[in-house]
Amino acid sequence: MSVSDLSVLELRALSKSFGGVHAVRDVSFEIGKGEFLAMIGPNGAGKSTCFNMINGQLAPDSGEILCEGRSIAGLAPRDIWRLGVGRTFQVAATFGSMTVIENVQMALISHTRETFRLWRPAASHHRGRALELLAQVGMEEAADRPSRELAYGDVKRVELAIALANDPRLLLMDEPTAGMGAGERHGLIELVKRLVVERGISVLFTEHSMDVVFAFADRIIVLARGRLIADGDAAAIRDNAEVREVYFGTGKTFALSASQGAKA
Amino acid sequence: MTLNAFLFQVLNGLSSASGLFLIAAGLSLIFGVTRIVNLAHGSLYMLGTYIAYTFATKIGGVTGFWGGIVATAIIVGIIGALIEIVLLRRIYRAPELFQLLATFALVLVINDAALWLWGPADLLGPRAPGFRGAVEILGRRLPTYDLFLIVIGPLVLLALHLTLTRTRFGRLIRAATQDREMVGALGVNQAVLFTSVFALGAALAGLGGALQIAREPANLATDLIALGDAFVVVVVGGMGSIPGAYLAAVIIAEVKALCVGIGVVDFGFFTINFSKFTLVAEFLVMAIVLIVRPYGLLGKAQGAVRSIAEPEEPIRPATPLLKALGIVVLAVLLCLPLLAQGSPYLLVLGIDVLIAVIFATSLHFIMGPGGMHSFGHAAYFGLGAYGAALLVKWLAFPMGVALIAAPLLALAGALLFGWFAVRLSGVYLAMLTLAFAQIVWAAVFQWEGFTGGSNGVIGVWPPPPFDKSWAYFLLTLVLAAAAVLLLRRFLFAPFGYAMRAGRDSPLRAEAVGIDVKRVHWLAFAIAGLVCGVAGGLFAFAKGSISPETIHINRSIDGLVMVLLGGVQTLTGPIVGASVFALLQDTVMRQTEYWRALMGAIILLLVLTFPQGIVGAFASLWRKMGGRI
Repeated sequence: MSVSDLSVLELRALSKSFGGVHAVRDVSFEIGKGEFLAMIGPNGAGKSTCFNMINGQLAPDSGEILCEGRSIAGLAPRDIWRLGVGRTFQVAATFGSMTVIENVQMALISHTRETFRLWRPAASHHRGRALELLAQVGMEEAADRPSRELAYGDVKRVELAIALANDPRLLLMDEPTAGMGAGERHGLIELVKRLVVERGISVLFTEHSMDVVFAFADRIIVLARGRLIADGDAAAIRDNAEVREVYFGTGKTFALSASQGAKA
Repeated sequence: MTLNAFLFQVLNGLSSASGLFLIAAGLSLIFGVTRIVNLAHGSLYMLGTYIAYTFATKIGGVTGFWGGIVATAIIVGIIGALIEIVLLRRIYRAPELFQLLATFALVLVINDAALWLWGPADLLGPRAPGFRGAVEILGRRLPTYDLFLIVIGPLVLLALHLTLTRTRFGRLIRAATQDREMVGALGVNQAVLFTSVFALGAALAGLGGALQIAREPANLATDLIALGDAFVVVVVGGMGSIPGAYLAAVIIAEVKALCVGIGVVDFGFFTINFSKFTLVAEFLVMAIVLIVRPYGLLGKAQGAVRSIAEPEEPIRPATPLLKALGIVVLAVLLCLPLLAQGSPYLLVLGIDVLIAVIFATSLHFIMGPGGMHSFGHAAYFGLGAYGAALLVKWLAFPMGVALIAAPLLALAGALLFGWFAVRLSGVYLAMLTLAFAQIVWAAVFQWEGFTGGSNGVIGVWPPPPFDKSWAYFLLTLVLAAAAVLLLRRFLFAPFGYAMRAGRDSPLRAEAVGIDVKRVHWLAFAIAGLVCGVAGGLFAFAKGSISPETIHINRSIDGLVMVLLGGVQTLTGPIVGASVFALLQDTVMRQTEYWRALMGAIILLLVLTFPQGIVGAFASLWRKMGGRI
């Protein structure tokens, strides 16, 4: 476990409501440099809302989000990306009409602020660097294939290469293994872990597969009904009574979480 | 204006509002359930006026008039049901662009059918039995039929409201408006529901038309005017909202009535005749509402409906084969003046084709790679054409300067309109671009003192040597080639990739730092600029320009050109524009019923040939193992 003094991301008392539903309530935590932090919790716990606030898709009602000490709450996703925060989505999003390498080149073009160039062909921009990134995720063979032809697991790898294009300091991964087979899952997370350790990138990820979480996360935070209920390493989380209650339930919590689940 | 005069105008407005509401309510109902913007709705209204006229004159009397109105509503309802069963069922899952085009094809076909059945002359119906007189209100005389209309709008609103809230049919409509997939999953027979909703909507349009024959003659131009009005009302009120439609109908009718009521106002150093700005005012209201509340006054955000478009191939640089082909075509065109010495008409045709190519390529630029289906590209053509013509007329500018100023004016328009348009997407973007184009058209049409009104501007001839058609042809060729190559260059550059990135996945594009709106805004501006070149060239080629040439038909022509060639290809718009312009100049000149022919072409295209000429050729070529 590696917690350094300078936190890459810090959430302070973050809250967000939709109508009368408190999706996220008073959540605070931080991520240290190079830390692999898992955010878990049952459906409707507020994980995606948290992610969308950090990423800039939603503005928080109250609270602060600090990226390396700088407040980023309410900034647009593209501005947050420029500060070095990469993102992968629960349902992988790539540019379907482009080849695999063009997807990565697009991100590199944007990173170097060349989006508005009108003359030199895009294909000649950053091809070498894009190939390098694809090689690191094991996709260089498929570089010139249309990205929409790829198998889903490969799309996730391409998305990872895109997310790494701006040398992020923090990577937000919303259910990186959703929709993948059990074998592929471990492969992808191992890859992510290796890449981020090499580069000292911090990762915040959500995950439903508990074996992945307990095998790879440096630290785990648990959300339930919008609140942060636990924060610690794998052993501490396993032994946490409240977490057990949320996941395995007493009769009482089950009734409660069922009514919460209906709103989610 | 005195208070009495003002109140009288308000009453006048209310009676027009009823008419507007009847057309709009049907359009709104149909959109709410089927998610199809039925461009043929104005045509159903027009059919209503003609059919009711026939009943009222052929049978006559009370039965002929009032019974005819009821019968008309039923007949138009049945026509609507037939349209739904025969045509719309095939395209519910098609991209919305195709739905809009298919229903526009119906506009053309129905218009020619009416021409064939009733002839080109205006037909004035009899006055309504029982409502022939007038009453004196506020010192002025108001026809009693207007009072009847004032009442009928709220009555229909009430009847619709009760149907929607108190009956099973109404519950199904409301449920389908919120989530039609869920309604289908619950085992409701969607086919029957859709057909009956379409029939009901059509019947309302027919009723609206039938009620108008006592006030206005049946006329072949009614379809597009009624469509424009209904559009504005539905968009302002919120698509799918019936009370919204009434509210919007009242607002629009009152704004127009007040424009007429205010009349000429002297502001000291200049005067404005407000009665000339009714059309502009109407579309201005719509534009403002779309900007402030994109889903209308009482509308709600519509859930995205899955459309199944063929996924697009990555773009590849031209192969040697394609390059060689391009050079050959260019060489042949350069030699055309020599080949055409015996037949000058060939060069005129060539100029028409090249202008169409510039127009279609610039539209494709935002429509294909940008994913913005503009239904108002004629606006930038019009700004270019009128810009050039007016500079020549009022300031006696030489052609060179006018041809440079024309695209700049179009650019200014595109920057202004595009800034708003890129904030919307899908069918709402289509509506807003259409509204902007109508504003340009209406301004040109109604500002007679400056633009010549419906007569247009004449005497815009090019100076020597360009008065010779070979010289003008070569000038057009150079500009067209430059436009095509330049736009192509942009598409292969980072900017073009960013455009496509924003279209493919706005979420991902924003997450890698691309400002999608700004990219699309700039794309819109570039397309407007290039389109302005086409407009300027057109004005000098024809020697004149009239509002007719920049009407909605030109916007639709552009869409057809792009689709005919293939929206997912880069060479498609060139081929599509050429084929279309040739067809228009040759085949369509031969027949009085060119609209129906055009409609048939569009329907054929949409139903059987959605890839377009180049798209179909490319996939055939790939199947044979070749690369293009």
